[in-house]
Order: sequence, then C-alpha cells, then structure tokens
Amino acid sequence: MHDTGDLRILKAGVQTTVQDLGRHGLRHLGISQAGALDAPSLILANKLVGNPEHLAGLEIVIGPVEMQFQRDSWFALCGANFAAELEGKTIAKAWRSFARAGDKLLLRGAHKEARVYFAIDGGIAVDEVLGARATDLQAGFGGYAGRALRKGDVLGLGPAHCFTRSVGVQQRVWTPEVRAIRGPDFMQFDANARKNFWRHAWQVSSQSNRMAYRLKGDILQRSVANEMLSHAVLPGVVQIPPNGQPIVLLADCQTTGGYPRIATVIEADLWKVAQTPIGQHFCFLEVDLAAAIDAQAKWRRELARLDCLNPLSHPAGSQHA
Amino acid sequence: MQSTASQIDENCQRILWGIAQKLRAANHCIDIVPGMNNLSAIVDPQRHSAAAMLDILRELASTTQAVEFQARQIQIPVHYGGECGPDLDLVARHCQLSTKEVIRLHSQADYLVYFLGFQPGFAYLGGLTASLHTPRRAEPRLQIAAGSVGIGGSQTGIYPAASPGGWQIIGRTNLRLFDTQQSPPSLLQPGDIVRFVAEQNDA
Repeated sequence: MHDTGDLRILKAGVQTTVQDLGRHGLRHLGISQAGALDAPSLILANKLVGNPEHLAGLEIVIGPVEMQFQRDSWFALCGANFAAELEGKTIAKAWRSFARAGDKLLLRGAHKEARVYFAIDGGIAVDEVLGARATDLQAGFGGYAGRALRKGDVLGLGPAHCFTRSVGVQQRVWTPEVRAIRGPDFMQFDANARKNFWRHAWQVSSQSNRMAYRLKGDILQRSVANEMLSHAVLPGVVQIPPNGQPIVLLADCQTTGGYPRIATVIEADLWKVAQTPIGQHFCFLEVDLAAAIDAQAKWRRELARLDCLNPLSHPAGSQHA
Repeated sequence: MQSTASQIDENCQRILWGIAQKLRAANHCIDIVPGMNNLSAIVDPQRHSAAAMLDILRELASTTQAVEFQARQIQIPVHYGGECGPDLDLVARHCQLSTKEVIRLHSQADYLVYFLGFQPGFAYLGGLTASLHTPRRAEPRLQIAAGSVGIGGSQTGIYPAASPGGWQIIGRTNLRLFDTQQSPPSLLQPGDIVRFVAEQNDA
C-alpha cells in the first residue's frame, strides 16, 4: 500500500506552475510544448528524490511560496539560489531533504538566477492532458486546472519513496554565454547585424515571460525586406521582429511564426536563457550543429552518472531513518 | 524545406502534406510541422543524424507528387449573423454585397487547411474569395467566443477557444474545434478541405 498523501499550498507566489518536460509531437496541431523552462534543473530535482525524470514538479519564480506536507516526504530544490526554509531551518539547494507530515516549506525569493524547481518523491500527480502534466497557461489546460497555483490548492502526489539519508549533487553553473547555431535566415541580415549579434551583450527585458525572452541591445537590420511566410518555430529559436531586437522563444511559445530566425540556442544551453534574471545580460556564442549535438549528449552522460543516486524504493511502508 | 517563391503555391503545399504523411507513417520524426509552403521536421539526433534526415527529406521531395495527398473533407455548420456574427453587416457593407450574398459566397467555397498555429486547433485556411476580403478591426475585441468564424484581410478561420482577436466575426459554429479529451485533439488537420454550411437562423 502506497502513501500518496498530498501537498497544500499556503502561499502561491506569482506564476507558480506544475511543470514536467512538456508535450512533444503535437506542434502540427498548434499545441505548444510547455513544461519546465529549465528542464535540466527539474530532471536533477526528480533524480534526487528517486523519480523518473519526466514526473511533474513545481516551477517557482517569485516568492513567497509556502507549502505544507501532508505526508512524510523527500523533496529537492534545484535551479536558482532561492532562500528556502523548512520549519525555519535553511534548506540547501540541490539536496535531497526530508520533511515530516505537517512541516511547512517556505521559499522566499531568488538570490540570483530566475527560477527554482521543487520535486517531491512520487511527483505531483495531476492528471495527464495530451500526454503530459505541464501547465499550458496560454491554452488553459494541463497542470493544476490549467492555471498557475493559488493559495489553498491541494496537489495530489504519487507513491512515496524511501531513502535513508540526504544527498546532494553538483549543479551546473550559470555563465553569461549562451551557445547558439546560425538560424535558417541568418544571411538575410546585413553584415553589421551578423557580426554584432555574436559580439554584443543582450539585456533581458521586462517584457519577458514563459513564451519568450525579449532582449535589448543593438538594433539588428535585415538586408532584405520581404514578408516571410509562416513557418514552424521551436523553443530556442531567436527571432528578429521589425524593431531589430531579438526574441528567444521558450517552452510556451506558439508553434508557428513569421519573423526571420537569426539563430537557434542549443538545447543544452536553453536553461541559461531561462535562468537569466530580468535586467541582466548574456552573449550568444556561435557553435556548429555537431557541437550542439555533442553538448546535449555530454549532459545526458552526466545525468546517467547520477543514476547511482537512486537507490532503491524499499517496499512501501518501511520507515524512514 | 521551403519554396523560393514568396507567393503561396497550393501545389507546393500538397507536396509538403504528402511528404509529411510519408514521414509520419515511417515514424522518423518527433513531429512534422507544415508552415505556409514550408515543412519542419523535428528529429531526435540520437536516432537520426541531421545529415541522414536531410537525405531522407531530399529523396521524398524529389519523389512525392502533389496528387498523392488524400485530403479529408470536413463540414462545419455555421450560424451566420446576429449574435453569432456581429460583424456580418459590416463585412457586407465593406464588400458592397447583401448579407445573404456574403453567406452564400463564404459557404460555397472549399477551403484548404494550410497549417495550424496561433492557438491549439487554429487552422490557417486558404481559399477565401477576393470579393470577401475585409480588413481586420481597428480595435481588436477583448473576447471572441469559441467557435467564432471570422475574416481577417484575405484569410478566414475559426477561433477554437475564447480569446482576444481582431478579425471580423461573421458567424459561429457549435462544433468543438479543439478538445483535449479527443484523439486527435484538433478537429482540423493540415491538408483537410473545409466547407462551411449555413445553418438556418431563427430570427
């Protein structure tokens, strides 16, 4: 018999959402990916608490967020450095920690970077919609009632796991270099734009959200003026609209667009964009397709090494230490 | 893959739908997303190298014929005018037609679903007769009911979900265009042929 328990939201913060790794294979029907913007952090948090990497956790951007455990739980916080306290005791990032039924976890806010991922043993057990538990905020489905969490929401959980001790992992370090490959429309830009795109730092504007980060910096000019026919776009695509300021598409982006694509952020670095706080800068670093594929394969190898972390689910019902 | 002409070419689109159909059957891709006269294949580099995928695409592009694509026919019943279509009169005035003629012209054409985007289940339709082209509203409406049928410039389409929008709304359908409980969740698919059928209005 598994203890499935639940998790009570006492303070919801701003745009706290249930997210997993998103919906794939439905873009031809106009359905966005959604899912964690910093997927590697959600995967790490899931691994720490013994979950398969695709289980749902919470994406937390702006605190204070407070939740109360209704069963004994193992949980982990990965991603941004967030001030977090369990019953007044500071909780370290990227550690598996234990909470007793009734304990309250308070997340105050990010010290640096932008978002933190909360995973709990068994995962957040909202119903799957179109193959995923991710919240699609634009379309209003998935996650918890298709919306951001509110005070008083109660989230169901999957079956608990048993561990005997806390354990931590090394997280990747955010640096202001984001690797990207040339986009299909790169050559439509004039020589200055092609140079400056890679050379200059870009500031994240306050007009940024889960659909896209809008960047501020040099105005990039196209050398051709024709309107483009609509084409598929994906998270990571960097568009240049007529105002010449880049837009980096993220997990909630629409499935098609019509702006020229100057570059595409490589999958292995897309988390860095999502973890850049508003007002901060980063640069694009040009790599080729082979390097992009290598970088992702390298990350998968690092992750595979963490499989040794995952003991064990003892038979349910056995006691924690 | 992309046609070089910036004008929309129906023949090119049919070839792309045919390629998409074959790729889907071969299960090569995570997703195959048609755009307007272009096609994007999303692949897992662990399964297919980009170079191998490009070879497959080139091969399909040179061997796929427009006629191979078998379209589905979808009928969409529409209540034109009244509360369902608050802009029908405006469209009629703009086009210098009677509302009856607008309804007749709009519902007698075959429309092609070029691709989906903007919101889940929203189809970009080609085939609106030039005599019905009407500019978008200067002020977009804050809320358009789900199922609303509109005209925006040279395009016509159906809003699957309630949303803000700038198109001229001439009618509404009770059909659900998008339903997460259905498989597939979208009524319309790229390549479908859509025909609007005027429902009898009571008023």
